[in-house]
Amino acid sequence: MASLNLLPLAIDLVLALTLLWLAWRALSSPDLFRAVVLFIALGLVLGLVWVRLDAVDIALAEIALGAGVTGALLLAALAKLQSAEAETADASTEQEGDWQGCSQALAEPDAKSKPTLTASATMDATGSAMPIALRILLALLLLVPLAGLGWVVWQLWLPAPGLTDLVAARLEASGVAHPVTAVLLNFRGYDTLLELAVLLLALLGVWSLSSAPHLGDEEQEPALAALSRLLAPLMILVAAYLVWVGAHAPGGAFQAGSVLGAAGVLLRLSGWRVPPRATGWPLRLVLVLGVVVFACMGLVVMAFGQPLLGYPPGWAKPALLAIELAATLSIGAILAALFIGGRP
Amino acid sequence: MLISLSAFFLVAGAVFFLAGTLGLLRFPDVYTRLHALTKADNLGLGLMVLGLMLQAESLAAAGKLLFIWLLLLAASATAGQLVASWAQGKGIAPWRR
Repeated sequence: MASLNLLPLAIDLVLALTLLWLAWRALSSPDLFRAVVLFIALGLVLGLVWVRLDAVDIALAEIALGAGVTGALLLAALAKLQSAEAETADASTEQEGDWQGCSQALAEPDAKSKPTLTASATMDATGSAMPIALRILLALLLLVPLAGLGWVVWQLWLPAPGLTDLVAARLEASGVAHPVTAVLLNFRGYDTLLELAVLLLALLGVWSLSSAPHLGDEEQEPALAALSRLLAPLMILVAAYLVWVGAHAPGGAFQAGSVLGAAGVLLRLSGWRVPPRATGWPLRLVLVLGVVVFACMGLVVMAFGQPLLGYPPGWAKPALLAIELAATLSIGAILAALFIGGRP
Repeated sequence: MLISLSAFFLVAGAVFFLAGTLGLLRFPDVYTRLHALTKADNLGLGLMVLGLMLQAESLAAAGKLLFIWLLLLAASATAGQLVASWAQGKGIAPWRR
């Protein structure tokens, strides 16, 4: 029996150590591309850790958003960074130099400090910049706050069931059967509404910095085009399934939206373009749909004597379904638009 | 009987994964490494899926597992093709003894 109990412990230990090692490698890698790939691997392992902790909702979100979409965004940013660096190397005093300088300044902590950091590290290795005694002293000084933090976390009083009982008692009235969805969309609807608004604001920020890069007729990969023709309808189906299943099992708008966004990224990479007549108000309508529907639902219930975002009994289920559908469409469109980067 | 058959497939899958990882680490160039990844790992996952299907609670769960493998086959074949054609475009010559 003892060996059976040890096996999960061994798996957990390996996962935890892999996580720490990947995090350290991602932070310390001087090569940005390598750092991004390590970050994606970190997200996948983190997803497994969440599954081991029985938090399947967070695992789905971590893998789809943390590893998948964020990884794609980082890779897209890296590609832009490199092309911007190559252009500024050629000519620095142009009209566009303004924008590039801006992006370079944004990239400064990442791209510029890393080489100097490694340079100082190699100097350390030769022992010319910092004596070994000073480095040990610094490490000891850093250990003091670490030990303090550890002690504080250890002393934290955690109520054993937390809010679980409270959520379970009110689940009936929430309109859904899955506690995580009930918390996200009903009990703590503010948070989710504001998260949607933050995503929209991020896109507004990207759009106000530049217009979308003009894409000519690049050489297209036939294999990628074939795969995306196969996968795109499937991903839309999976997104719809995730929204629907979110009412009683792990799933929901953010996971479904990230699958839709990934479908958009895949279509973009395989050469598909949004038709020009759809990039005007139709695109903008889809982008704001989630926030608008969510906020309107929250306001309309006030006319029936309910508090803001407090759905009357019996109406919660259709209200949440409408919000989830609208939010899924918006999240998918916003994530894909963030990947494309720039105002159409 | 079913459990031991399932265990056999799972272990066989793990062996293929190990071989694929070894190839990824030890093979000399990008094309041979792709060979290790896309062939050995796909077969390894196939064997693992087969092992898990034998333990599946319902036919639907078994079907989902099979579907995951088919999707991965398509994705990994495409990714392998993309990496190889990128490498060829960069003018990386295949390794010769």
